[in-house]
Amino acid sequence: MNEGTTTSPASATQPLAQPATARPSPADAVAPRVAPPWRSALVVLAIGAAAWWALPEQLGLLTRIAIAALFVLSLDLVVGIAGLPTLGHAALFGAGAYAAAIFALRVHADPLLGLAVGVGAGALLAVLSGLFLVRYQGFTFLMLTVAVAQIVASLAQKARDWTGADDGLTGFTMQPLLGRFAFDLEGRTAALYAVAALAVGLYVARRIADSPFGLAVRGIHENRARMAALGTPVRRRLIAMYTLAGALAGAAGALSAQTNAIVGLDSLSFALSAEALVMLILGGAGRLYGALVGAAVFTLLHHTAASINPYHWLFVVGGVLMAVVIVPPDRAWAWLRRRLGGRT
Amino acid sequence: MAAAPARGPDVNAPVLETRALDKRFGGLHVTRQVSLALQAGERVALIGPNGAGKTTLVHQLSGVLAPTSGQVLLDGADVTRRSQAWRVRSGLARTFQITTLAPHLPVQRQVELALFEREGLTGRAWRSIDAYPAIAAEARELLARLGLAEHAGWATERLAYGEQRLVEIALALALKPRVLLLDEPMAGVPQGEGDRLLAALDALPAELAVVIIEHDMDLVFRFARRIVVLAEGAVLADGAPDAIRRDPRVREAYLGH
Repeated sequence: MNEGTTTSPASATQPLAQPATARPSPADAVAPRVAPPWRSALVVLAIGAAAWWALPEQLGLLTRIAIAALFVLSLDLVVGIAGLPTLGHAALFGAGAYAAAIFALRVHADPLLGLAVGVGAGALLAVLSGLFLVRYQGFTFLMLTVAVAQIVASLAQKARDWTGADDGLTGFTMQPLLGRFAFDLEGRTAALYAVAALAVGLYVARRIADSPFGLAVRGIHENRARMAALGTPVRRRLIAMYTLAGALAGAAGALSAQTNAIVGLDSLSFALSAEALVMLILGGAGRLYGALVGAAVFTLLHHTAASINPYHWLFVVGGVLMAVVIVPPDRAWAWLRRRLGGRT
Repeated sequence: MAAAPARGPDVNAPVLETRALDKRFGGLHVTRQVSLALQAGERVALIGPNGAGKTTLVHQLSGVLAPTSGQVLLDGADVTRRSQAWRVRSGLARTFQITTLAPHLPVQRQVELALFEREGLTGRAWRSIDAYPAIAAEARELLARLGLAEHAGWATERLAYGEQRLVEIALALALKPRVLLLDEPMAGVPQGEGDRLLAALDALPAELAVVIIEHDMDLVFRFARRIVVLAEGAVLADGAPDAIRRDPRVREAYLGH
């Protein structure tokens, strides 16, 4: 804080009246500051690189976690930052996935170009549906997002020539990344690619969330009427945030298409939307890193529980989710700290 | 009271004007032919019994509700069909009867948000909110003026109720309005916290035109230089406080219960 070293302007000017309550500590007068946007991105890169190096057997899992994290990150911009409850986020993911796959199949198989196409497709679908969706709030909004996703899924089912419908879209091979790093069978390139894309996505999301625009969207989340009274063009801001989230979701979809070399209708499914929301709630909404934690925990849990009992893994996931909702993580942490503090 | 309100003799058009404003909700006639003009620096209280249509009138002034007929003018320009956001940018700010801030945002951020909005910066999605030192400094200065500097880092919901109302005023002032509508600024504020609010009201910029809706008659007669009495949606009386106090119709409708 700069103000800590120089004289505070608060002490220079004469306040109108002294507070009647007990004097707060000087720390309370310190204005909040946001963390530098690159910090969390670097942490993701470091953890991802460490996992990549240490667990060569689990690169497929690492890729899945990174893609899920990017998708849930996008969802957090909509649910956690903008406060719009959606159960149709898979539409944006699937749009990116199909766009990237079709682009690779019919136009060009360069992965970064395909990623850009996925970003564009997600953003385009988001802006088109957003123009209509942001007129509504709460449950109406929620139901309409489900409806939009169902429409997109049924269009994909109908357009068999383009999407392969129930068979899935396959038959495309990605060119080497940057012309040098081929997508190998062990998934070494795919995992690094996905982790790097997640780090970039997190950096971008962090910048957006901590910008004046992000602050205004948070304000709309907390109090729409008040923001309108400040002169905020509420709908325009929400559409913009929804579009940015669509771009990130499209990127996640494109990554999924490129690293799996297949896109199925499940990438547009209600189940995927719901799963992403579960991941977000698991990690905590509105803080961005919660999206990453939730995606990692959920995917790992899914992976381990499914390997122990392939039929009943959802039991475990359900149980953990219940525990998280009933006992919020910060309370669990406080309890743990007390226990540890008591022992030493 | 601070300096006597300047009547801005060089200003011809009123800063805020309504012409034959009418509002019906179905069969309910809540605003009847209200015509008012407000000059820069005026301190006007809008009073009237419950259900007289005060809040509905303020909603029409600020753009929350559209009138059934009639006009609202800001600086002589017709804004009747303009959005709330447009009117804010044209210099009309309001506070709310029920405190309606973003409860979890820190106080400082809350004020910065209003400043970003005034400067037209909330479309900027890349530079950090900490990279606008002028905005941060102005927010701190505003908070200091209202005696809230020590709480800059607090989540707004942690503030005492009266202090939250002060933040409301800070937000409105941050917009640098020329007309300020205060919807019951003292409602629900405990006795002990009222003095700071009164001081804040007294210290409002002299050139600012202020309309205050308030039930607390002590505050009304202390603050206002002109009182408009609404009854059943229509203007019953409009004049200096002493004249209003003596007006037999007003006594009957409102004061002499």
